[in-house]
Amino acid sequence: MNFWIVLAVNSLTLGGVLFMLSAGFSLIFGLMRIPNLMHGSLFMLGAYVGASLASGFGINFWLAALVSALITALLGVLIEETVLRRLAGAEQAQVLVTLGISFMIADLCLMVWSGDPISVSAPDVLRGATRYFGMAFSNFRLGVIFIALTVAAALWLLIERTRIGAMIRAGVDDPQMARAMGIPVSRIFTGIFFLGAALAGFGGFIASPILSVYPGLDTDMLPLALVVVILGGAGSLLGSLIGSFIVGIIYNFGQALFPELAYFILFAPMVAILVLRPQGLFGKPTA
Amino acid sequence: MTIRNALTAGVVGLLVLSLPAWSDAYHLNITSQILIFGIFATGLNVLVGYAGLVSLGHASLFGFAAYVLAISLEHGASHLAAILISIGLTALCTGLFAVLSLRSRGITFIMITLALGQLLWGLAYRWVSFTHGDNGVRLDSRPSPFGLSLEAASEFYFLTLLVFLLATLAVLAFRNSAFGAVLVGTRDQPRRMTALGYDVWSIRFFSFLFSGLLSAVAGILFAYLHYFVDPHSLALTSSAEALLMVISGGAGTVLGPLAGAGLVVIMKNVASGYIERWNFALGLIFVLIVVFMPEGLVPGTRRLLRKIRQNWGGAIFHRGVEVPQWPH
Repeated sequence: MNFWIVLAVNSLTLGGVLFMLSAGFSLIFGLMRIPNLMHGSLFMLGAYVGASLASGFGINFWLAALVSALITALLGVLIEETVLRRLAGAEQAQVLVTLGISFMIADLCLMVWSGDPISVSAPDVLRGATRYFGMAFSNFRLGVIFIALTVAAALWLLIERTRIGAMIRAGVDDPQMARAMGIPVSRIFTGIFFLGAALAGFGGFIASPILSVYPGLDTDMLPLALVVVILGGAGSLLGSLIGSFIVGIIYNFGQALFPELAYFILFAPMVAILVLRPQGLFGKPTA
Repeated sequence: MTIRNALTAGVVGLLVLSLPAWSDAYHLNITSQILIFGIFATGLNVLVGYAGLVSLGHASLFGFAAYVLAISLEHGASHLAAILISIGLTALCTGLFAVLSLRSRGITFIMITLALGQLLWGLAYRWVSFTHGDNGVRLDSRPSPFGLSLEAASEFYFLTLLVFLLATLAVLAFRNSAFGAVLVGTRDQPRRMTALGYDVWSIRFFSFLFSGLLSAVAGILFAYLHYFVDPHSLALTSSAEALLMVISGGAGTVLGPLAGAGLVVIMKNVASGYIERWNFALGLIFVLIVVFMPEGLVPGTRRLLRKIRQNWGGAIFHRGVEVPQWPH
């Protein structure tokens, strides 16, 4: 019994982390049609920057999270403005360029932070464990789930309840029509990229006390984000949220029950969805 | 063929054939690697260059063939049987890949091939009881067809050279055949080809199969070259490198993939001894090529040189920037 509950909490925690990673990926993919294969690298970069700030300089955990989010966001916007904008509409070129940049970021991280994994300690507020129903739960893991749900709620409010959100939705549904209606789609694109990259960096650092930071974190996380977005449907926030928890559950239970087939179990549903329902569970079919 | 071309071909042929006489085993192995990845990239080029379908999971077919070979040998199959099993199963697997991925084009095609590649990588990496996971599978020996030994570096080099030439000739014949022309037609104008009565799906399917077959041949040679195969050969980075080979050399050209394979293998094996950050350099080359020379290094350099010459020639009023076009 205990085993199952621990596994369930771990699944939800990973789901929360994946949501922060994949929400931005999904919006960028859904709105801008950019398959941003450097999203995992932004996640790893955020984790490294935050770890340096928090452990190296002794900066407060939450402040470090915000600063690393800001840094990855600015880097994301810089790349969007200088490189990706030149390749607008050429998806294959964007795939290759973002892949190339992810190689570069990975190698730079290796150069700056060396190959040794860095462990990050949880913030003071969330140290230790709380007992519910006679079982101990890590406060930090519960905290991550809470943060992810808060981020999800904030994003939902932003997208469903604000004027900017309406513009974003219009851009996802029909970018040409949105432009014709006078919506500044280009500026919204930059904003979305800023937001997505910030969330990736933020998520990377928030997850670091659990996952730790190591070279290869980017290529470990990117395929998971890809699975989430393809399951949930590109551009769908609800899809990202539900997809993240599904992947979190499949990953953790797969690892525990069928360790030899863990990745197969993870990627098989993605292939099935791509083949049977390419728009994802919650995505809208594209013409 | 002009005299100049014949002369160039003669000099290159002499250099290539005499290589074992003046080179050591290490450099022969590097050259064999370039040829093997040349075969692989030539296979991928059939899909990327001629069919216009970008696969980001092709290394998994290459690695699959290598694994099937190694595991068959491990379970006591003879070399001939293992090679046949490997080619047969890889063809089957390629067919499955094609059926699943050819429902789509463009970005969805890339994503499906990536997902399929991850699937096979996941099996190689985690199915430890069968594949030995991260430890990989070792091979004991190379085959000796008709009593000819292939154990020495020079002997294996000649084998890879022979196979590379055969593969290139096969692709050349393929490209110049009616089928090749039709395939290029489906790349540029799929709707018109359908309207003309061609079965676009089948054409793409058989091209995919051909591409997978060349990948399988390369994968088998790769396993024999190193007496070893591990999950990294199926990883996403390997698929990306293969794509880089094709695109850097020039997609849709016959010898471009070999040039690209040379670039990547030399960067990886030789330059990494001098430059510490070769992975960074690889990524940078990737970005620069995609942004500035999407048609590949050789044609791209030629275009840039022409542009510079034109600008120096005083055509100030017509300095139209020639923007390389990506297929949308």
